[in-house]
Amino acid sequence: MSEPNVNNGCRCGCDAGSKMDVQNSKLKEADEIIYKHKTQKGPLLSILNEFQDSFGYLPRAALEETSKVLDMPLAEIYGVATFYSRFTLKPRGEHTISVCLGTACYVKGAKDIFDELLKELKLDGSGETTDDGKFTLEATRCLGCCGLSPVMMIDGEVYGRLTPEKVPEILKKY
Amino acid sequence: MEMYRSHIMICKGTGCSSSNSEQIAKNFEEELKKYNLDKEVMVERTGCFGLCSLGPVVIVYPEAAFYSQVKPEDVHEIVTEHLLKGRVVKRLLYHEAVEEGRLKSLNEVNFYKKQVRQVLRNCGVINPENIDEYIAFDGYKALTKVLTQMTPQEVIDTIKKSGLRGRGGAGFPTGVKWQFAANSKDDQKYVCCNADEGDPGAFMDRSVLEGDPHSVLEAMAIAGYAIGSNQGYVYVRAEYPIAVKRLKIAIGQARDYGLLGKNIMNTGFDFDIDIRLGAGAFVCGEETALMRSIEGKRGMPTPRPPFPAVKGLFGKPTILNNVETYANICQIILKGPEWFASIGTEKSKGTKIFALGGKINNTGLVEIPMGTTMREIIFDIGGGIPNGRKFKAAQTGGPSGGCIPTSKLDVPIDYDNLIALGSMMGSGGLIVMDDATCMVDIARFFLEFTVDESCGKCTPCREGIKRMLEILERICTGKGEEGDIEKLETLARNIKNSALCGLGQTAPNPVLSTLKYFRDEYEAHIKEKRCPAGVCQALLKFTIDEALCKGCGLCARNCPAGAISGKIKEPHKIDQSKCLKCGLCMSKCPFKAISKK
Repeated sequence: MSEPNVNNGCRCGCDAGSKMDVQNSKLKEADEIIYKHKTQKGPLLSILNEFQDSFGYLPRAALEETSKVLDMPLAEIYGVATFYSRFTLKPRGEHTISVCLGTACYVKGAKDIFDELLKELKLDGSGETTDDGKFTLEATRCLGCCGLSPVMMIDGEVYGRLTPEKVPEILKKY
Repeated sequence: MEMYRSHIMICKGTGCSSSNSEQIAKNFEEELKKYNLDKEVMVERTGCFGLCSLGPVVIVYPEAAFYSQVKPEDVHEIVTEHLLKGRVVKRLLYHEAVEEGRLKSLNEVNFYKKQVRQVLRNCGVINPENIDEYIAFDGYKALTKVLTQMTPQEVIDTIKKSGLRGRGGAGFPTGVKWQFAANSKDDQKYVCCNADEGDPGAFMDRSVLEGDPHSVLEAMAIAGYAIGSNQGYVYVRAEYPIAVKRLKIAIGQARDYGLLGKNIMNTGFDFDIDIRLGAGAFVCGEETALMRSIEGKRGMPTPRPPFPAVKGLFGKPTILNNVETYANICQIILKGPEWFASIGTEKSKGTKIFALGGKINNTGLVEIPMGTTMREIIFDIGGGIPNGRKFKAAQTGGPSGGCIPTSKLDVPIDYDNLIALGSMMGSGGLIVMDDATCMVDIARFFLEFTVDESCGKCTPCREGIKRMLEILERICTGKGEEGDIEKLETLARNIKNSALCGLGQTAPNPVLSTLKYFRDEYEAHIKEKRCPAGVCQALLKFTIDEALCKGCGLCARNCPAGAISGKIKEPHKIDQSKCLKCGLCMSKCPFKAISKK
């Protein structure tokens, strides 16, 4: 987690100051989320889920704030955050491509689709982001569209009945 | 209430939604308005019809015209021809639904003929976002009956008598589970619903939540009354956005109607339900892990006993049932346990939903009485295997289950028979495999899944399955050794006996069942370094058919290893020692002269 820490951000006049404003508005949003769920029993997972939806990842500053408000060690929060595959600690690319590697899709050649994407995007594996920050590629479990297999999802939009040849054409849309 | 002469049912399940059924619905509304039909014809967004491979599906009543693979631009024709002039648009009808120019009723279509849609009765029939429609179809009648005419013990006895067993996989008798929780004395108890459908290939729970969410909420309230609980939780995957949204709407409407909350129907019974989102961990389908997750912790299983019925969520007595189990409850209360017990086999009562997927013509959801044979499901309902290929195996139970070969196709499906075959019911995923599927590779695929999803708490699961996977990877890449099969069997036995939770205990099943029925394939990989199905890349041999090769040289130019040589206009050859087995040549050859074996 290498992101700048908002609590002791730069005051020397470099552009980290403007970044701090952005961070502060994020922190405010994080606070709203934390206090919204604070009263419910076992609030942590709900908070992290909403962080993931709002920020696209779990910013360190937001986790530290959670730790403070819930009076819970940061290590414990980190433990939960890394247990579930939906959470990421790094910012994602502009678009997330999820390739279904569930059984139905696998039997119908989902791996060829995944390999084609690795080749097209010049990536080495699941969970990686392209150098230009445009795409994050991930393998995912069953998306439940087995009737359309093999499928992938880009930002919530499902593409079904795929063949490796169709992949470059679809990527061009983004 | 408005009267309509025609109803247009548009599937808004996940499958059809992803092929743009919302646009179709909007186009219908626009076109109907254009032709002043909007007061006569109603557009209804419903749950899943089950036949996902033909999506988006639109059914027009009263004729029950089944339009399949409808495109937004087709809407104009359906409105002007069918709804305005009364002429069914034959071009768009599902080909199975027409016979000699006559429309068949849905019950005559092969896909639906053998199905008994009890749990899915409202899916594709009502608008899941409108509680009035659910109530019109006897909704909340069972809760009324329970609260006004039955004691909690009578409810439990009814469920026990029906013989209902848990639909989540293990098949534990639901009534007995409720009895345990009812017997526990505590001021606070919980009712949980497992909607964390992580089993790849299964999507019946999602369809029920998307198509008929109130049936689950009503059943949870009944369970709450039976065991003495006033709080329920639905634990649902965050990957199911449509299901989550409809659940939220349903809970809100039920609260507005006084069907959830304080003093329900003035009977003094309080019960409310909250949603908790999962975050992508397969192990959270295990009951103790799921409860840890609702508590906001890492979803790791805890040893049983104590069982959740004694000490579950937040340390209080808890029952946890699966979505499909709950969806059976109201019918049992209304129609009686004898009715339910009359369906199915001796020890497995009622119906079961299977999600058909893989190499099969009709992919989608089917609900059949217990005791139906695999052959009926795959060939009569599922329409058999596409592209004229041969059936090889059916996989049930997901990563915890096993493969069923051709020779066992006529065994009636129920909990106990599937276990005897070395598989299990699981949540009802049914993946069909044809002869182009390598069974060793499939076993490897499932183990890769369980290794990934193992929570790491107990050693047999964390270390043992990993070792099994390594052996399988070796076999698939041609480095299998004599004795590997025996090693796999020993490991599998030990893991089954010693792992902490259901995930670990059942993880070796895919290996054991494929070994049981397809041992020859393992042996071919190990002894002959050959993959009979032609899947394992490292074991393939690419050859050029001299009779078909025209000598265009395209393969040689594309080969990244420079393994192909030959003169132009003469047959080329592949140097096997240089070949990387990438398959590029095969995909480039315009004459299909290159084959792999």
